[in-house]
Amino acid sequence: MSVQSDDDLMYEDSCPDSDEDCELEDVDNDEEVIADEDDADFNFTDVVAEKDRKKSYEVEFKVHSIQDIVKNQDEEVTHVSDMLRIQKQHAATLLRHFCWNKERLIERYMDATEEVLKTAGVIINDSMRPRFVKVPGFVCDICCDDDKDIETLALSCGHRFCQNCYKHYLTQKIKEEGESRRISCMANGCNVIVDENTVELVVDVDIHERYRTLLNRTYVDDNESLRWCPAPSCEYAIECHVPQASLTSIVPTVECSCSFRFCFGCSLPDHQPSICTLVKRWIKKCEDDSETANWISAHTKECGKCHSTIEKNGGCNHMTCRKCKYEFCWVCMGPWSEHGTSWYNCNRYDERSSQDARDQQAKSRASLERYLHYYNRFANHEQSAKLDRELYNKTEKKMEEMQQTSNLSWIEVQFLKKAVDTLVQCRMTLKWTYAFAFYLSRNNQTEIFEDNQRDLEMAVEQLSELLEKPIEPEKIGELKEQVLNKTVYVSDRREILLVDTAKGLLEERWEYQVDITS
Amino acid sequence: MSTTLFSKRLSKELIDLKINPPAGIEVAESDTFKCWKLSLDGVEGTLYAGERFTLEFRFTPNYPMESPEVVFVGNIPIHPHIYSNGHICLNVLYNQWSPVLSVRSVCLSIQSMLSSCTTKEPPPDNNHYVKTAKASPKQTQWSFHDDSV
Repeated sequence: MSVQSDDDLMYEDSCPDSDEDCELEDVDNDEEVIADEDDADFNFTDVVAEKDRKKSYEVEFKVHSIQDIVKNQDEEVTHVSDMLRIQKQHAATLLRHFCWNKERLIERYMDATEEVLKTAGVIINDSMRPRFVKVPGFVCDICCDDDKDIETLALSCGHRFCQNCYKHYLTQKIKEEGESRRISCMANGCNVIVDENTVELVVDVDIHERYRTLLNRTYVDDNESLRWCPAPSCEYAIECHVPQASLTSIVPTVECSCSFRFCFGCSLPDHQPSICTLVKRWIKKCEDDSETANWISAHTKECGKCHSTIEKNGGCNHMTCRKCKYEFCWVCMGPWSEHGTSWYNCNRYDERSSQDARDQQAKSRASLERYLHYYNRFANHEQSAKLDRELYNKTEKKMEEMQQTSNLSWIEVQFLKKAVDTLVQCRMTLKWTYAFAFYLSRNNQTEIFEDNQRDLEMAVEQLSELLEKPIEPEKIGELKEQVLNKTVYVSDRREILLVDTAKGLLEERWEYQVDITS
Repeated sequence: MSTTLFSKRLSKELIDLKINPPAGIEVAESDTFKCWKLSLDGVEGTLYAGERFTLEFRFTPNYPMESPEVVFVGNIPIHPHIYSNGHICLNVLYNQWSPVLSVRSVCLSIQSMLSSCTTKEPPPDNNHYVKTAKASPKQTQWSFHDDSV
């Protein structure tokens, strides 16, 4: 919660008749922020309301467990089945065909029932419920078995095969091909879908379990507003209603119950305040450039004509570009043709053509320098966040020791964990501000952004420094107070930056150096 | 269980092909249930009359649930849907495979594909495809857009 944010100022403005009240409220806020557990009883409801309200850079989302996902599917299926008066398994097939877009399914079904059923591979025929039967004189078209005792099965399309073949077929599809919602009748050219009930009837228990898992997976994969948490071995899915089209104006950051924070738009780890498309570009650029960029900058020059990067590893100043065959002088970068016969010795450094060639070079070097400026800061925060975590691990050990040797309680040192968490989170935000700023055009807006960035950066470094201090038992109270204050301040700075950036995105206030729609 | 279905089905198919062979189609090699070779004669009155081709079928133990791998070997017919490495662009061999289909029905489909051809020419993207394709045509993502030939 921000004490100095605009909202509080607005609140103060909105109740001029009761100044005292407002002040009380502010005091309460301060306390609340500094020491959460000392929450005063009065005005408690206000505090809760304040907390519940979404900040402008946050989005609504919901975390679903596997059980929720199963339940949601059931509810959707029951709803459609009741509404269209069709059996549940058919409703499920239809919903899957329409990627769980219930509204579109119902609309299309009302418009053109026959067509919808046909393309979705459903034949509604209550008298033809798939079940095992023995049919006299039956020969299975697949295994050619004509034993009179064999059980046979046909879907509502009437194509009949033996139990064994069905079992093989479904097992193959589910186990080997990972197919679930699009398994069709075995007959050539028949698109009738094998419904859930039939699958359960035919296959073994373990295969059926696999089938259900695959169905759950497709439910989330097909659903635009659902996404699996990308954390390793996490089984939660997140529901968030931010469409792909609005990703240039919103950074939908969500937090899973496993505490992993990621972007709903692209599944990458939390990259606020930068928008997905710039993040993607930045990552690609870093993969292409960063490793070698430094070395190239220090050791090479560019061909004046084709801009290939050239390393001079010996020989005279007369260079011939391997790629475009341009001949130039390594010293002045001018064309070699103007050097006459003064080999090994360049006296043309100040001539026009040589200067032009160097200007060109300087420009491209400048763009590299610019990139490195942002990249180094980006990488620095990534690295520092790691170091901060390590520092915390070390501190934690020390705390345990101190607990045994002094009369400090565990709870008294927990403020450090909170501080490190905040620090790491702010570093992540800072990291992505550099990727964002790299693509911003130079204007006043960008300057404001960079001011916010600088403020956060300074605050973060101060907090980081505080945490580096050696812990002395007698001064722990003092340190605690300092750390708590700084932690609050750092969160505020982060909040201000995120709020302003998010507002800018919504107002389309940011101008980019690249086309973000492409 | 899988092997019984697989071998039972293939033995039945083999007996059927030998006793009652379709016109112009003959089993040339069927020593194992892994790989068969069948000869395919160009039908009289079509562009391929008088020519003889060889089709190779490779089966996995999942046959007939899984499609066989079918390619031309040796003399490859020049046809807009047959690449010069022997790969055949025919939907029933890939995503439209059904366990009901058989070696016989695949051969007949390919024979009719040859017979309905009006100009002997390789596929437009032949050079590119042959250079980049994997050994098995089942690894290719086929798109089927021309049902006329």
